[in-house]
Amino acid sequence: MTRFIVKSIGQRIVLLFFISIISHTIVHLAPGEPSLVDPSNPRMKAEDIQRIRTAFHLDEPLHTQYVYWMKDLFTAQLKSFKDNQPVLKKIWGRFLNSLPLFIVGTLITWFLAFPVGIQAALNRGSVFDKMGTFLSYALISIPGFFLSYICIIFMVKTFNVPVIGMRTFGLEDAGFLLRSMDRVWHWTIPAFMSAVAGVAILSRYVRSQMLEVINQDYIRTARAKGLSEDAVIYRHGLRNALLPFITMFGLTIPGLIGGSVIFETIFAWPGMGRLGFEAILARDFPVILTLNFVSAILVLIGTLVSDILYAVVDPRIKF
Amino acid sequence: MNETIHMQEAEGLKPSVSLLEERWRIFKRNRLAYASYLCLLLLLIVAVVGKVLTRWIIVFDSQTVRLSEKFLPPLTAFTSTITPEEDAPAFDMYLMGTDELGRDVFARMLEGTSVSLTVGFVAVGISVLLGIFFGGLAGYYGKKKLAFISVDTLIMRFVDIMLCFPTFFLILTVVALLPPSIYNIMIVIGLTSWMGTARFVRAEFLALREQDFIAAARSQAIPGWRIIFIHMVPNAIAPVLVSATIGVATAILTESSLSFLGFGVQPPDATWGNILADGKQFIFDAPWITFIPGFAILFVVLAFNLCGEGLREAFNPKLKEGA
Repeated sequence: MTRFIVKSIGQRIVLLFFISIISHTIVHLAPGEPSLVDPSNPRMKAEDIQRIRTAFHLDEPLHTQYVYWMKDLFTAQLKSFKDNQPVLKKIWGRFLNSLPLFIVGTLITWFLAFPVGIQAALNRGSVFDKMGTFLSYALISIPGFFLSYICIIFMVKTFNVPVIGMRTFGLEDAGFLLRSMDRVWHWTIPAFMSAVAGVAILSRYVRSQMLEVINQDYIRTARAKGLSEDAVIYRHGLRNALLPFITMFGLTIPGLIGGSVIFETIFAWPGMGRLGFEAILARDFPVILTLNFVSAILVLIGTLVSDILYAVVDPRIKF
Repeated sequence: MNETIHMQEAEGLKPSVSLLEERWRIFKRNRLAYASYLCLLLLLIVAVVGKVLTRWIIVFDSQTVRLSEKFLPPLTAFTSTITPEEDAPAFDMYLMGTDELGRDVFARMLEGTSVSLTVGFVAVGISVLLGIFFGGLAGYYGKKKLAFISVDTLIMRFVDIMLCFPTFFLILTVVALLPPSIYNIMIVIGLTSWMGTARFVRAEFLALREQDFIAAARSQAIPGWRIIFIHMVPNAIAPVLVSATIGVATAILTESSLSFLGFGVQPPDATWGNILADGKQFIFDAPWITFIPGFAILFVVLAFNLCGEGLREAFNPKLKEGA
């Protein structure tokens, strides 16, 4: 077991190295440089541009720039091109903002998807099942930003609640209850919106997984023993159907960055996705690269965790 | 050569129903999927007709600006006396209203249909070709060694690396850095979505490689590329095409998201994504500019998804029966 973990961590570090090289190359080879973001600015003279290029090592060959990036990253010296703040501190701050949204979204996803999927599987071919199937396809197919706009308009018009941003300005002195309610309202819609697609996809998986398990022999045996239907479904069926979802759980972690760009932009949520979006607009290479790097680390941690959990849960897997 | 095959088939070697026909029958039984298939065919015709109309017929011109006709709701008849007669919309009516520059939303939607579909199909085409290429190499030449590493390991590690990138963030980065153009978007979406296909093709090829007809082909000294493309690819293509159908849906969604963020297809070209993105500022005054493209995207993507799922069930009956 320990050997397996050490070995897969080693493999992942090698992968990470190649990922960093590829993303560095892509970002630096693409046209458009930090010094060219604002070409119409009359105060930017040729010598200023040259000074910026020298300060950011943009004149050096690619591999030297790569070494600079890596060295600065691991000594925590890496500074953003845009505002000269340490990149890691910036990302960490935004990470703390993204995290609650991600956790709430994930909880909504899993708590909605499982009951829906299980019910659909148990009542296969019923109206509920058919509606669920169609609805989940519809939810996968609707552009997230479109749904969010409809939702924002609906919520603001019907309930008259604030939804944009993380909190309402000017409420800092309000009572604790009012402040927390304000926070909850700000959370609700972005979390729901980022959960919608997840619910749709996951409930389909739960359904097919449950269907597969329910027709197995040991379920028939459990029924034949005279167990109550609940015990059959939840203790014998669901437990076995859960296995593949361990893998899926690991794979949702990278959603922290990639999936949130659109929603964080719409809801003006100061999270990692929005940081990435702003960095892209400003050609802020260190932030873009480090975000890419961080998200690759998240993916690799996710797959590692799910590999290990799989081995822990499923006794058939041996090393 | 062909004649002998036909003669052999006539002698009773041919099954009464070919595999494809049988699959097709299963697919047709799924009413939802079949209906969406018909819708997609219709959409394809609309896209081609729309392309022709907006390109050559002046009343369908999607870029005619009529500043006196801003924000007219759908189904408004053309009654303006200020706008010259030759700028009148088709059927003398704004079927879907006008936008903030008085452009006919119907004409823009028509133009956008072909652009959105082209983005979807070309992006998926690129990703399928790349997927077949890499998957085929890994599956067929997998055991060959390059220095110390086998081809299979090399390619599959590369696939792993590509899977670690946050796709949408990567697309956004590249599209934002490159000069904005519709071709860049198609290429970038294609380049970042071939990994699934490569895995499929590799798995199929690993199984096919051991089969007799491949051994027979090899014994006749047929070159490798010919075996791959003429003998193996047709046998491995079904799951690829199924996932490609769903890939088109994803590509259309990605393009509309990019347009929404302002990195998509640039004006004056219209796609559903950028009509929606332009319209969102006027969502209270002129909701139709947002809702028409929004629902169009929803229905088309839904049709692609349902159709793809129907095909998947038809080509993999175990999914339905075993469940």
